[in-house]
Amino acid sequence: MAVDAVTLAIMKGRLEQIADEMDATLFRSAFNPIIAEAHDASHGIYDAVTGDTLVQGKSGLPVFVGVMAFAVKAVIDKAAERDGVHEGDVWIFNDPYDGGTHLSDFRLVKPVFREGKLFCYLASVGHWHDVGGNVPGNYNPAATECFQEGMLIPPVKLFDRGQFRQDIVDILSANSRLPNSLYGDLNGQLNALELGEKRMASLLDDYGDEVVADCLAELKRRAAQMMRAQIAELPSGTVSAEDYLDNDGIVDAPLKIALDLTIDGDRMVMDFSRSSPACAGPVNISRSTTVAACYVALKHIFGDVPANAGVLEPVEFRIDEASLLAVKAPKPVGGYTETILRLIDVVFQAIAQIAPEAAMAPAYGTINALSLAGHRGDGRRWVMFSFFGGGHGAYAAGDGLNHGNAPISTATIPPLEILEAAYPVRFTEWALRPDSGGPGEHRGGLGAVYEIALLEEQADVFLFGERGKYPPPGIVGGAAAAPNRFHYEQRDGLHEPPMLSKMVGIEIEREQRLRLETPGGGGYGDPFARSVESVLRDCRLGYVSRQQAEAAFGVVISEDGSLDETATASLRRREAAQ
Amino acid sequence: MTGPAYVIGVDVGGTFTDVFILDVASGRVETAKVPSTHGDQSRGFVEGIGRKVEDFGRIRTVVHGTTVGTNALLERKGARTGIITTEGFRDVLEMRRRDRPTTWGLKGNFAPVVARTDRVEVAERILADGSVLQPVAEQDVRDRALALAESGCEALCVFFINGYANNQNEMSAVEAVRSVWPNAYVTAATEILPEIREFERLSTATLNAYLQPVVSSYLDRLETGLQGKGFQGDILIVQSNGGVMSVDTAKRYPVRTALSGPAAGVIAATAIAEAAGFDNIITCDMGGTSFDVSLIAGGAAALAAQTAIDFGMVVRTPMIEITTIGAGGGSIASVDKSGLLQVGPESAGSDPGPVCYGLGSERPTVTDANLVLGRINPDRPIGGKLDRLDVEAARQAIEKDIATLLNLTVEEAAEAVLRLANAKMAGAIRLVSIEKGHDPATFAAMPFGGGGALHTGALIKEVGLGSALVPRFPGVTSALGCVVADMRHDRVQTVNRLLDQIDAPALGREMTAVADQTEALLSGAGVDFAGVDRVFELDMLYLGQTHTVSVAIDIPAGGLTADVIHAAFEEAYREAYGRLLEGIAMRIMNYRIAVVGRRPKLDMAVFAPSGGKAAEACRIGTRQVYAEGRYHEAGVFERLDLAVGAVLTGPALLEQPDTTIFVDPGLQAVVDTFGNLVIKASED
Repeated sequence: MAVDAVTLAIMKGRLEQIADEMDATLFRSAFNPIIAEAHDASHGIYDAVTGDTLVQGKSGLPVFVGVMAFAVKAVIDKAAERDGVHEGDVWIFNDPYDGGTHLSDFRLVKPVFREGKLFCYLASVGHWHDVGGNVPGNYNPAATECFQEGMLIPPVKLFDRGQFRQDIVDILSANSRLPNSLYGDLNGQLNALELGEKRMASLLDDYGDEVVADCLAELKRRAAQMMRAQIAELPSGTVSAEDYLDNDGIVDAPLKIALDLTIDGDRMVMDFSRSSPACAGPVNISRSTTVAACYVALKHIFGDVPANAGVLEPVEFRIDEASLLAVKAPKPVGGYTETILRLIDVVFQAIAQIAPEAAMAPAYGTINALSLAGHRGDGRRWVMFSFFGGGHGAYAAGDGLNHGNAPISTATIPPLEILEAAYPVRFTEWALRPDSGGPGEHRGGLGAVYEIALLEEQADVFLFGERGKYPPPGIVGGAAAAPNRFHYEQRDGLHEPPMLSKMVGIEIEREQRLRLETPGGGGYGDPFARSVESVLRDCRLGYVSRQQAEAAFGVVISEDGSLDETATASLRRREAAQ
Repeated sequence: MTGPAYVIGVDVGGTFTDVFILDVASGRVETAKVPSTHGDQSRGFVEGIGRKVEDFGRIRTVVHGTTVGTNALLERKGARTGIITTEGFRDVLEMRRRDRPTTWGLKGNFAPVVARTDRVEVAERILADGSVLQPVAEQDVRDRALALAESGCEALCVFFINGYANNQNEMSAVEAVRSVWPNAYVTAATEILPEIREFERLSTATLNAYLQPVVSSYLDRLETGLQGKGFQGDILIVQSNGGVMSVDTAKRYPVRTALSGPAAGVIAATAIAEAAGFDNIITCDMGGTSFDVSLIAGGAAALAAQTAIDFGMVVRTPMIEITTIGAGGGSIASVDKSGLLQVGPESAGSDPGPVCYGLGSERPTVTDANLVLGRINPDRPIGGKLDRLDVEAARQAIEKDIATLLNLTVEEAAEAVLRLANAKMAGAIRLVSIEKGHDPATFAAMPFGGGGALHTGALIKEVGLGSALVPRFPGVTSALGCVVADMRHDRVQTVNRLLDQIDAPALGREMTAVADQTEALLSGAGVDFAGVDRVFELDMLYLGQTHTVSVAIDIPAGGLTADVIHAAFEEAYREAYGRLLEGIAMRIMNYRIAVVGRRPKLDMAVFAPSGGKAAEACRIGTRQVYAEGRYHEAGVFERLDLAVGAVLTGPALLEQPDTTIFVDPGLQAVVDTFGNLVIKASED
């Protein structure tokens, strides 16, 4: 049946509000800062038969928008193998190969029944603080199998027909270094699902099950229609983009992510066949994660496409089963964030060739998961685990944002005062990093410098980062940003990890420091076309050094900060002549 | 002494300055509306009062809701400000909390109000436990301050990392600055907000410094202007928290005026509702670009801990919680690429405004839809700027942009636009009510602003609100709010310790002492109070969490105990989330204290229509109004002529100079004893 246009628009708002409210409930009640502060979680409403995403909250982690459908499908398949789906069931799992991302992300899936009949699923995913494995916090750059990354839980029932199974929670708790945090987050996710079920029931009471079901189907159809209209505006043909991961943490060799993007009328083909094969270390991802990352990239470019499975209907994916973009157990996947950031970067670089006005240059491209762990004087264990920021890419209408969050997340960084109050560390610097933005007519945003000193006797440190060798590139003639840099201090001085941004087992002592300098965003357009006034201003504010102003932008600035007009004109003329 | 004694409320808005005059001797009230004077709001202000008051010597108190601070922030027109901060941290203001303007798109940028070159560092360091790692060298601070003053900074903020835990270095530094700074515009971050979280504290303190010269000079001009006319009374300024403060306090803490104007409106709504016997109200302020909603439950307005005036412009002081969505009269309606109807957030604003203004816009808006459906009188536009509205142009725009694309008639399309706009507003109301655990059926909507009263009927139906209460003068609500607002001061201090490690009696004594100091501010302001209330709260959480729950605390006569705190936290936590977490330690993050001086109540009966006529006698015509898929013949009534007890049955339109009220089919409106209109479902 046809749903009228107004009911549909209203219903869309109501449904989104339910998902948003589930997000908000978990953010407020979660224990670990990765959910509470960084919002590494997501909630939505999913199709009863296919598991397709029908509606997803706007405030959760963007990358989960594409991946959750696979998670619900995993539960549907598992239930079908067993005794089916029942009212009062809640499933829990973190299997990254079966609709997951990495082991830290625990999914809860709850069927919603109406008068004994399955209507839809609600699901909640959140990044737990610690799920076992070789390193606290689970970003183990040295993992070669998922078993070193943490416990792997296939879809199992946490509630069976309304009956809570404490034995499941006992198993989970026994496998975490931080069982209190796990318990708190799990309760928060249950709170969110309960609330979603209540709100869904009231919506169904207001409009009737049939109207809501029709609206859900219609919204999906229209999402596909909108995506087709967006694609049809792009010129037909094939463009290619390639970018690299530095290494996998085990073997120091670059890994290629290659995209051949074809526009054919109102259809799009994203072909990743030329990408590197599966690797030994934890930067592999599952096929579902690859698809989800592409969705995030497309939504950044075409902002008004809805969070709904219909969007991917006109998009065909070609992903080689043997590549690092479609791995299966037990290949390690703990560092999935780095790989999906690179996927997003190649999509941006490909789109820049056919729709430069819509595109933006790649952002800093690494989450820099840094962990410091040790024991306090009284023997208590402490783990500080955090992600760090960098610059956003420049775009046709402006410079990139300084110190932004990663494109896959809306996470804010914890206040340094909160970190210092909670852990034995002292920040000695927390500042913008000059010369880190990619030069261009529009300059990439600046990355940051974070320097941390230890206040206890000893700590174990690991870092999981990227972009040490291959900095964020520019687009449309713009230049690359500064690469990621990490140094650690020991008695014999400052060291840089052999693989630059990935290392486990770093030991530091009291007052020794860690220094992380993050990349900026890529530049947009020819740097020599940047207005002289903008370069002068950047130099005055210390965003750009005199050396970079001259070398990268062709603007010669004297020691007193004034413009050398003659030298600038001749330098820029020379460049233009070439 | 005989003769009048005035208390005057003044609300300066973007277009008009509203004046509300109460003669406390006779109990009479008067209102005046004059154009706002841009550049110097104080001129229109004094002139507006002068229209109604001859002898300024008879004014006891002037209470002012001001947008000078808000506008300076939005337009980035504060003073050039410098920051002196801890070595290594000069970019905290610019780095924010590593966020971005919009979730999707990665476009947009941020320029902090203080340029990087005006942010300078000194060597000093306090640790998180409050210990001094490195003291500050006062000579360094003086040198930096003089250099900033020399380079043209007019205001200065001193901000040191971990100052919330120990402000010794910050205080030494700020004293050093004050010894050389050429004016009074010096702010120490911990004087504004001694609360953990460096960016939020710095942003709030910096914006305070940034506003100080602007707000102070405005208040000076205002004082001079009023005194020049013989005024000898007190001036009070409305704060974002809905309470008033003295002019001296406002000059020290101008950031507390960031939401002064809207707060006054909510306070007025609270007072009007309370008098009318409504404890639970949702205020709905519909302007040109936005729809602002606030919740008043049990007679108290909900407060928020912080707000962002703009991206990255965070102000963390308690303020009336106002939820804003992009659905105003000027919100543009369109059909997107998937054929889905959209309303807002894009807005035509007031210039060019809706298509019917005839100022060049061709994109239909919510106001155009209201006009096409007969709900607005084209010959009597509110606000008084235009002579008449162009119905035909509005019809054409809706036909072209909506009706044709959705295969609807123009009326159907216009009603679709309204239904979607109403649904968005309903969403905002659900957000502040249902999502906070309130049952909307126990709430009444109170519209103010020009457009709100056209939509309240629909909101009653859509959200299941119990009723709507339309004040007699929706247009001057904020000025009235100034007159009735209490005086209020908030204090916060970070504690950040586990409950089982705290000396609870000592904490109780400290909180009481801070409340005593704060109360001294009230008594120093020269205002009469009917009583003084103290509110104590703790921000608490389970060890390991980062978000706090606000826990109301009564300090018992015998002193505060850990058991009292424990029980209060469990009650608040259960209320917020349902389940308690057994065996996990509790932490106290901050204590918060509010001291409220209750000002004498205004008898709302002063608004009651004297005389007045029965409904039929106020009928000035009929109009065809389209609602629920068909045209109805609706009576049009002169609202201000209605007598107490007059009853109107929907569909009906009530007109008055500052608003139009639509009583939907199936609803009934009654004039209450205070002149308010109470709209409910018809009893049949």
